[in-house]
Amino acid sequence: MLRIVVIRLIQAIPVLLLIAVMAFILMHLIPGDPAVVIAGADAGPAAVERIRHELGLDRPILEQLLNWLVNLGTGDFGRSLVLNQTVLSAVGERLPVTMSLAMLSLAITLPIGVFLGILAAYFRGSWIDAAVMTLALVGVSVPAFWIGILSVILFSVTLGWFPSAGYAPLLADGPGAWLSSLIQPAFILSLFQIGFLARMTRSGMLDVLDQDFIRTARAKGVSEWRTVGRHAFRNALVGVVTVAGIILSLLIGGSVVIEQVFALPGIGRLVVQAILARDYPLIQGTMLLFGFAFVVINICVDLIYLWVDPRVRYD
Amino acid sequence: MTRVPLLSVENLTVQFRGDRGWVTAIEDVSFEIGAGENLGIVGESGSGKSVSALSILRLHGRANTRYASGAIRFGGRDLLSMSERELRKVRGGDIAMIFQDPMSSLNPVLTVAEQIIEPLQLHQGLSAAAARRRAIELLEMVRIADAGRRIDEYPHRLSGGMRQRVMIAIAIACQPKLLIADEPTTALDVTIQGQILELLRDLQREIGMSVVLITHDLGVIAEFAQRVLVMYAGRVIEQAPVAALFDRPMHPYTDGLIDAVPKLEGDLHRLTTIPGNIPDLATVIPGCRFNPRCREAKDACRRDPPALLPVGPDHLSRCPPRAAAGGAV
Ligand SMILES: Nc1ncnc2c1ncn2[C@@H]1O[C@H](COP(=O)(O)OP(=O)(O)OP(=O)(O)O)[C@@H](O)[C@H]1O
Ligand SMILES: [Mg+2]
Repeated sequence: MLRIVVIRLIQAIPVLLLIAVMAFILMHLIPGDPAVVIAGADAGPAAVERIRHELGLDRPILEQLLNWLVNLGTGDFGRSLVLNQTVLSAVGERLPVTMSLAMLSLAITLPIGVFLGILAAYFRGSWIDAAVMTLALVGVSVPAFWIGILSVILFSVTLGWFPSAGYAPLLADGPGAWLSSLIQPAFILSLFQIGFLARMTRSGMLDVLDQDFIRTARAKGVSEWRTVGRHAFRNALVGVVTVAGIILSLLIGGSVVIEQVFALPGIGRLVVQAILARDYPLIQGTMLLFGFAFVVINICVDLIYLWVDPRVRYD
Repeated sequence: MTRVPLLSVENLTVQFRGDRGWVTAIEDVSFEIGAGENLGIVGESGSGKSVSALSILRLHGRANTRYASGAIRFGGRDLLSMSERELRKVRGGDIAMIFQDPMSSLNPVLTVAEQIIEPLQLHQGLSAAAARRRAIELLEMVRIADAGRRIDEYPHRLSGGMRQRVMIAIAIACQPKLLIADEPTTALDVTIQGQILELLRDLQREIGMSVVLITHDLGVIAEFAQRVLVMYAGRVIEQAPVAALFDRPMHPYTDGLIDAVPKLEGDLHRLTTIPGNIPDLATVIPGCRFNPRCREAKDACRRDPPALLPVGPDHLSRCPPRAAAGGAV
């Protein structure tokens, strides 16, 4: 097991390197100059040039790239150009917000999506199936920011149940405040993924429910609930785990928009600020972090496979 | 004969919902099994053997199946009109079932132990530890070597023959009064087939259960069963004690089936099969369902649906005794 983790991490190194180079190139391809942003609107060309020189932006691109990569190798992600902070500390400060949001969303998505998917599969072709699938379709076709704004108007402004913006740290403000600051954005993020998960669970369950061993379970006198929940779902679980991994990645990606709407100081908001300011090191650093997150998620999914499917375990 | 049957299926008709409405898969099927008796059911592929067998425990998909008429009496109760809850107590308890394909009949993500223990806990309320001990005993009963270790394996680690043994262990876990075996050896090697049948026969004696054995191998029937039901196109067309069926088959279809059995001393090239195919469920055939394929069909056969009538002691046939053809086999 440990061996698998180590192998997968080593395999991930070239991928991460590729992400780093791509992030660098992409950032330098888009127009805009951080020196202009830093110098401000009134600064003359001489001032801008001085800042460019101070930041090392006047050196050849290739040299900048190599410098950055070498520093990365020593664990130095560089300093943000606009925040008075290293990239690591800027990211580290905001990571808990985004992780809290993504995990809470996943915790909402998994049970609801799986339950709806199982329900739709078991009652295939009935009105229950149709209702779940329609719900799933609506969930994925409505834009997040729109639902977000409507939700704020209803639950924050009109009803006053949840704060409309801002984040309450778990340790400082306690779980109640933490949860109420996140529940709204987390739920909105989930809305999209629940439909996706329900669809995937349904199709996985439909395959399994037709298998001979389901008939065997019934022939043993096993109840319908147990037949579906244990005999069928355990088999559909492999597919569900794969989808859950994809969903976690999507949730992290989705945080970019939802953190804007709810003014949550997370990675998503940091990325947007960094891009607007052309803060190269910070953008590159966060993109690497996203890449690393996806690698870790995939390793987790593979490990869960081992636990879920005995056929994989032995091969 | 006056015996109190263990199970009696009376005039059972089962229909499935198809693209164009309900189609009848089996019609007016009746048979009985006495305690400790072995009943064989034979017929070509698609003749309705599995549909009949699965109907006993109502194992067809609930949404698309209609048990249109009839009754299935077991221990003084009608399995067809029982609630799901009551029926679940019978399934795997007094009546157990094994299936054709042992590769797909076991759950791939549960260990052998988990799958055998389930009926023991459900029907006999055994504790986890007691159920496990009993499960190992059961694996030994079905002659799986090294049962204490095998019990924690997953099905994909076992051979086809072993999986069928595990299926049998699950089926006999609660000492059923009736075991329904739907082509239990068809998917296995010839040598393994013999072993499985022998095992079934031994277990049957040990437990004192009755067995319904479905097969299209008349040779197996001859060895295993006391009475035989011959099915064609969803109907019982002949029913007889095994000796009578082989000595004096009354229905031309039965004749054909017997002729199709390869005989060791015979020349393989002379092996006959019944010409033509079993009709589709939706096809309407006036008169005897077998008449288009029957060498001896007369006008009456194409006009009037024949009834299943006594033609000898404990012997029923949908074809009346034939003066000339009798004993032609
Ligand atoms: N669930 C179902 N829905 C619709 N039609 C079915 C269903 N089950 C069986 N049938 C049809 O009923 C007919 C009889 O099938 P059955 O499985 O009983 O045949 P069989 O005698 O067991 O054949 P085999 O020897 O191939 O197992 C076939 O035409 C089959 O297609
Ligand atoms: Mg069959």
